[in-house]
Amino acid sequence: MPAPRSTTRVRTHPLGDAALLAELGTRLDTALNTRAIALAAALKKRRDVRQAIAGYASVTVHFDPDQTTHDALTAAIKRLVTKRPPMAEPGRLHRIPVVYDGPDMDAVGAALGLSANEIVTLHTRPIYRVFLVGFVPGWGYLGPLPEELELPRRHVPRTRVPAGSVAIAGRQTGIYPLSTPGGWHLIGRTSVKLFLPDSDPPCLFRAGDRVKFFAAQS
Amino acid sequence: MTDVMRVLKPGVFTTVQDLGRPNAVSAGVPTGGAMDRFAHRAANLLAGNEEGAATLECTLSAPHLQAVHSCLVALAGADFDPQVNGRPAPMWTGIFLSEGDELAFAGRRSGGRAYIAIAGGIAGDRWLGSLSTYMLVARGGMHGRQLLAGDVIAVAGGPLAPAISGRHLADRLRPDYHDHALPSIAGPHVRRLDAGGRKVLFGSPFKISRDADRMGYRLEGPVLDAPGEELLSFGLTAGAIQVPRSGQPILLMADHQTAGGYPVVAVVAGAAMPVAAQLLPGDEVSFTEVSVEAALRIRAAQRAALDSLIS
Repeated sequence: MPAPRSTTRVRTHPLGDAALLAELGTRLDTALNTRAIALAAALKKRRDVRQAIAGYASVTVHFDPDQTTHDALTAAIKRLVTKRPPMAEPGRLHRIPVVYDGPDMDAVGAALGLSANEIVTLHTRPIYRVFLVGFVPGWGYLGPLPEELELPRRHVPRTRVPAGSVAIAGRQTGIYPLSTPGGWHLIGRTSVKLFLPDSDPPCLFRAGDRVKFFAAQS
Repeated sequence: MTDVMRVLKPGVFTTVQDLGRPNAVSAGVPTGGAMDRFAHRAANLLAGNEEGAATLECTLSAPHLQAVHSCLVALAGADFDPQVNGRPAPMWTGIFLSEGDELAFAGRRSGGRAYIAIAGGIAGDRWLGSLSTYMLVARGGMHGRQLLAGDVIAVAGGPLAPAISGRHLADRLRPDYHDHALPSIAGPHVRRLDAGGRKVLFGSPFKISRDADRMGYRLEGPVLDAPGEELLSFGLTAGAIQVPRSGQPILLMADHQTAGGYPVVAVVAGAAMPVAAQLLPGDEVSFTEVSVEAALRIRAAQRAALDSLIS
């Protein structure tokens, strides 16, 4: 039987003298992520909070230590999580065309015992959730990836992954917004620009959005 | 806008920085801004600016500048042996420059990052609410890049008059940049270390590796083992000490990645980040465990030092 909402557990830990980490759970789970995003939004409205960032199942809160304390904010967070979260609106749906010709296609196929077509079918099947935006500008952590595609990260990360590369690792998938180092397996590429510095907002994805990939010709 | 300085030599890596862009984190963009926020704020106050005005952050060496308009400047942070027209000039003091005066630096004596504030506040490109230069996407400050010879620095406006030249921050109120034992608070994942590991973290000297920039410093020395299940990514903070699988800790600095999944075993006290900002590859550093309350007392003392400059 699912636990009633009023017992939603939250654990807070100091993250230095002006921030704390509030953990709602340790599972990759859409409901937990929805609660984390709602909690971050509620915390951002407080005067003593400078910044609240939702993680997969946590919120990192930067606060003004002249206005509040770790304990006072923890008490406020405990009150907030016992409230029924607002009905999560379905996030915007992004349809992303992918040319599945990534340099790791063969290696991924060999490691998983799948043909290229099977990889494409599996990768394009789900509607993924943007669990969080971060790491580098524009990066969205998307998931969950079908179990059949689960692989640990590459042993040796690449020093440069081209922008637009579509990649998988663990139960996650993502698109490199910028040319950066990276340790995920590259299975394709997209022409969609995830981060445009001079657009407002510069980032295509928001936490809670949904993403559907489809195979495109190069 | 008024042009005030011409860049004769740019220095190794000089960028325009302010107090960063805290609201950009939802786009995955780090807060950024001045690495040594104490020196940045102090330099601004000494020059009669708001604390959040943009300054020049000068890494390893500072630029050679010529005033094209009379102006009040202030230097804080690392001591690169400042000189005006070839004569020694004081740090942590408002200095008046006349048109044609040259501000140069003879060489690094201590520290890694010096800050130059100019009365009126340095002008630049504003991106996502901040003038801070963010090199990864080439935005903010001086067209998203480091200073180059021939650049002209303008001030945004405000007080150009030398009304408060000579304002000074007393020695005893400055950070002790030579004390590399950084007060730090145990992090959310400190329990992943065994008793021995925790002792090593809070006590053993580490060395700043060559892999050290505005994003963070990879530390050399003892290897920390923080085993356990892979963590789900969460929001990070400057000052966090992460332990990746290699066991070589990483100290996150101003332009750090906004989220990550490595265990965070400690977080450097906010008031110790100015000292961390002055560290260079090869420097030794250690972490002294303190309570949140102790860290806040150091923060309050530092704030009082800055407040002494607000008349």
